[in-house]
Amino acid sequence: MTDGIVKMRTITYREAVREAICEALQKDHQVFLMGEDVGRYGGCFAVSKGLLDEFGPERIRDTPLSESGFVGAGIGAALGGMRPIVEIMTVNFSLLAADQIVNNAATYLHMSGGLFNVPLVIRSATGAGRQLAAQHSHSLEGWYAHVPGIRVLSPATVEDARGMLWTALEDPDPVLIFENNGLYNREGEIPVDAGPVDIDRARIRRPGRDITIITYSASLFKSLEAAEILAKEEVEAEVIDLRSLRPLDAPTFLESVARTHRALVVDEGWRSGSLAAEVSARIMEEAFYELDAPVQRLCSAEVPIPYAKHLEDAALPQVSTIVAQARRMVAGHG
Amino acid sequence: MKATKSGKKRLVPLQREQAVHLLRAMLRIRRLEETCAELYTASKIRGFLHLYDGEEAVAVGVMEALTPDDAVVATYREHGHALIRGVAMGAILAEMYGKQEGCSRGRGGSMHLFDDETRFYGGNAIVGGGLPVAVGLALADKMQQRSRVTCCFFGDGAVAEGEFHESLNLAALWQLPVLFVCENNLYAMGTALRYTQALQDLTKKAQSYNIPAVAVDGMDVLAVVSAARKAAKAVRAGAGPYFLECRTYRFRAHSMYDAELYRTKDEVESWKERCPIKTFTRQIKENGVVTEADIAAVEQDVEQEIQEAVAFAEAGSWEPVEDLARFVYSERRTP
Ligand SMILES: Cc1ncc(C[n+]2csc(CCOP(=O)(O)OP(=O)(O)O)c2C)c(N)n1
Repeated sequence: MTDGIVKMRTITYREAVREAICEALQKDHQVFLMGEDVGRYGGCFAVSKGLLDEFGPERIRDTPLSESGFVGAGIGAALGGMRPIVEIMTVNFSLLAADQIVNNAATYLHMSGGLFNVPLVIRSATGAGRQLAAQHSHSLEGWYAHVPGIRVLSPATVEDARGMLWTALEDPDPVLIFENNGLYNREGEIPVDAGPVDIDRARIRRPGRDITIITYSASLFKSLEAAEILAKEEVEAEVIDLRSLRPLDAPTFLESVARTHRALVVDEGWRSGSLAAEVSARIMEEAFYELDAPVQRLCSAEVPIPYAKHLEDAALPQVSTIVAQARRMVAGHG
Repeated sequence: MKATKSGKKRLVPLQREQAVHLLRAMLRIRRLEETCAELYTASKIRGFLHLYDGEEAVAVGVMEALTPDDAVVATYREHGHALIRGVAMGAILAEMYGKQEGCSRGRGGSMHLFDDETRFYGGNAIVGGGLPVAVGLALADKMQQRSRVTCCFFGDGAVAEGEFHESLNLAALWQLPVLFVCENNLYAMGTALRYTQALQDLTKKAQSYNIPAVAVDGMDVLAVVSAARKAAKAVRAGAGPYFLECRTYRFRAHSMYDAELYRTKDEVESWKERCPIKTFTRQIKENGVVTEADIAAVEQDVEQEIQEAVAFAEAGSWEPVEDLARFVYSERRTP
């Protein structure tokens, strides 16, 4: 762009992921996509629609329903010099492959004293909000963020959905990318020549001075909406998108809290032992004397996510609950 | 090393050189394991320690069929596999000492021996955990049009795991070059196969996935060599996976913590009569393939190697504690 004007275009999150996969397949012949229904069906979220025709069944590889088997095969293929993108339909089913992810992918480099790294990318949908009931609605990415040896990414924006995959594929270690299923239809603007993005740093998505809302994935948009409502009441919320859940970019949110003196963590995972708990503890450890109010967390209610809409809504952090919590924090102290 | 192309009368074409080679390989494992047991008792080695005595013919026989380009995936009872695959005995022992000169820099220990030069991919303490990885290594070879074999060792216990079934299905479905080697020693820790398997004929299970499967006497090294050669040849030729069940027995307890309450002394003694080293030595001696002097020379060489390996491990150093966090993520990553 010689004139300094960045040409933009609007695409959906789904299209962004598909473009990213497509580009990776074109750029590098070692890259292939493997998972349940990714080929003939077109992906259960229609992300890989059309890719089979373009790249053929060797590289768009339908697998049987064997999460442990094909995730492990992804690890082996990565060890053997390929660059597999393994798709696990949703994070709920990843538990059947947890052995391969946690015991193998995350440990090989360390257990082998640095001899064997596993350059594997696993993509999986996560999140609730579509009335799919408990076994299809959980947000377990925080569990994986517990495990050293893997990177855990959570793209919220279209730009990240487009750009994180390539960076992940260039990483020598296993990277898990969690795509919130409520975001696939969401549209966003990205530069026409959008490329890879960094996967190390959190981003301030909205600057503010009165309170820091720390969040990621679908809750980012709820938090941004809440911030707009709060702005009308002259409460300026800073909204931080964590983007990478492991390793966590703590300096970005700690610096923000040092400016706003209040922190609210919004996380679709359960509260006990959650990622929100980790973020909150780090603020306590590193920025306690900056605080004008106790750190607060808005997480999912501690229930298996229910089917009925009103119950499901009540179980998840919502714009209204974020606004109410932020309001209390700003009004109540300092 | 010349191939024994023989069928039934395999002793006739067995060369002295080959006989000595096989005997030496089995003895190296046996003496290494005996040394490990001693070092464990002396508290030089800690953690879990699973010894391989009695099963030597399997690792030795199967490894004969592999080339340096092939890959090996093993279990936590893998000292013998690593050794015969070509990992230095000193590096193996140093690993068990926890020294940074160990093949995994002392971070893996007995159950996690790794070596990139010999394509030895562990060392896996999760029963069944290596099977899908072997399938993936083979997938990488197939996708890159390399005619290599990935050889995956596992015990009879692994056959009950879902990962066994998922892996065999995938390997057969995609016609991948995996040689599955089941070391059926009749026990998974303290539970006999008959208490855990509805169908105890393990080759039938493999056959149900459309995989050629044979059982072989795992106490007879020559039988294993010839079965493994045939299997590896088929795999290398692109015929898809192959399943080899080696019927064997471990002479020692499952690990150093095992009081062995689940089997009788008589049973163990009767299997010891079939010791692969004892029977093979008798065979080659009686048939005049080797002399007493040959055997004595082998024993002496092995003894020497053991002493050097122990000295190497003893002389090894501890990784600085400041390096604790190394190898969690790759160091060559550019942020
Ligand atoms: C998934 C898993 N479950 C349980 C164990 C505990 N365990 C370690 S070894 C073993 C028995 C395995 O027997 P087998 O596969 O036959 O191998 P062998 O020890 O006979 O060589 C068990 C149950 C484990 N390591 N991994």
